Amino acid sequence: MDYYLQILTNVGIFITLTLSLNLINGYCGQFSLGHAGFWGVGAYASAVYGVFFALPIDPALNMVIALAIGFSAAALCGLLIGIPCLRLKGDYLAIATIGFSEILRIIIMNTESVGGPRGFTAIPKWTNSWWVWGVALAVTIFMLHLKRSAFGRAIISIREDEIAAETMGVNLFRYKLFSFIIGAGIAGMAGSLVAHDQQFLHPNNFNFMWSVCILVMVILGGQGSVTGSIVGAVILTVLPEILKLIGSDVSTWRVSIYAALMIILMLTRPQGIFGPYELFEKKKLQKGSA
Amino acid sequence: MSKALLDLVNVTMKFGGLTAVRDVSFTVNKNDLIAIIGPNGAGKTTLFNMITGIYTPSEGTISLDGEALNKKNASEITMLGIARTFQNIRLFNNLSVLDNIKIARHTRIQYSFFDGIFKTKKYREEERLIEKESLELLALFNLDSKKDLFAKNLPYGAQRKLEMARALATRPKILLLDEPAAGMNPTETKELSELIHFIRNKFQIAVILIEHDMRLVMEIAEKIFVLDYGNLIASGNPQEVQNNPKVIEAYLGADIDTNAPGEV
Repeated sequence: MDYYLQILTNVGIFITLTLSLNLINGYCGQFSLGHAGFWGVGAYASAVYGVFFALPIDPALNMVIALAIGFSAAALCGLLIGIPCLRLKGDYLAIATIGFSEILRIIIMNTESVGGPRGFTAIPKWTNSWWVWGVALAVTIFMLHLKRSAFGRAIISIREDEIAAETMGVNLFRYKLFSFIIGAGIAGMAGSLVAHDQQFLHPNNFNFMWSVCILVMVILGGQGSVTGSIVGAVILTVLPEILKLIGSDVSTWRVSIYAALMIILMLTRPQGIFGPYELFEKKKLQKGSA
Repeated sequence: MSKALLDLVNVTMKFGGLTAVRDVSFTVNKNDLIAIIGPNGAGKTTLFNMITGIYTPSEGTISLDGEALNKKNASEITMLGIARTFQNIRLFNNLSVLDNIKIARHTRIQYSFFDGIFKTKKYREEERLIEKESLELLALFNLDSKKDLFAKNLPYGAQRKLEMARALATRPKILLLDEPAAGMNPTETKELSELIHFIRNKFQIAVILIEHDMRLVMEIAEKIFVLDYGNLIASGNPQEVQNNPKVIEAYLGADIDTNAPGEV
């Protein structure tokens, strides 16, 4: 039972992470490959609070504070990284963000007070599936409402055409930075959920491969689609576990099967499962075709 | 004497060793309908890019209503009242026609970010107003029936119209049109010239267009500026420009017997 609950919790955390990257990558069109770095900063920041500064109050209140700290720490990193990096475009931005997230990881790795390479242990258990899914739900609503507001439209217009967006009065740098900071902050919240759920952190849990993994979830679901991000996160978190369960023969091959499925999906649906649409949106948009 | 709406003084744009626009000065008054013509590579689009803040002029000043634009970026200039279309259409392709218009209202949004996230009453009321006004604007361009289509799925002529509608949705004082008739057949061009007149009269704004279709230019422009190799070589009403020897030379070349040593 614990095993299934753990998978359920992981799904919730990855939904939050995927949605936060979708804001940067899918809405704003900025190709960031350093998302695990923000996740890690949020996790370690709220773990530091939990281990060294925890207030003698109800765990639920402490969890709220931990989430706020995780958000702020990661958002601050997003700000510091965003200011120099968002002047870059496309592949260059991707490389710069990889670099920054690795720097963050190496700094954590070499900080003895948070365990360094041995990992950070004895983090208080403040959270459970309810918290995880509550945050995931809140972020989902945030993303859907953002998309329908003038601010979301401005961010999406940057993805569509930067020069046209600018001549429509959208301040490019401000909105890119905004989506970068909020996206990083939400990833930081996912980090503090991990920290206070698993009670153990290791810098290598936030390495480059996880950035890629989150990106794959976004792309699989469809860049810019909230429903897509949720579906992408669910599939890619649950699928490896299912392949593990099917049997020992399959289990040996599960990584290969997983990879092959990804290739097939990208060949047949390169825009992702949902494309840029939400669940019932596409029908409405195509109805008008004359 | 009323002050000029748009004022260019000795504007120069250099890209490395290349001077794309040299020492150009002119003024545009409220409600003017002006055409900028010139051979390919004369610097017309560069001039537009400077006015709209995509490039910053190397020398000289551009001012709108007496306010200098040189130090402002493109989004601030849009806010001050200059809107444009592009030579190669730049719509938000994967968004609906209606959303394209809504984005152009961006500078006038009153509700805050949190109103948007929590869908407060203020948000809902303003979004309703935005939707209504955007549809009215689309109706003027006969695009309201296509509001849910993706911009990229519109026919070419309709894309040009949508781009103009989107520029107008920013509520400009001056509208810059970069080759609006490119790729249009004579019937469509005829419609376009009516549309430009209609826009100018309905919205009471100045219109500046870059155009190669001389029939269109001569028909609608009240004043024409001619650029050649970055220099402003002539200006005046269509009649004056047509008979200006410098203009004829720029378009057709100099007479063969004007002494050109070395030419064979």
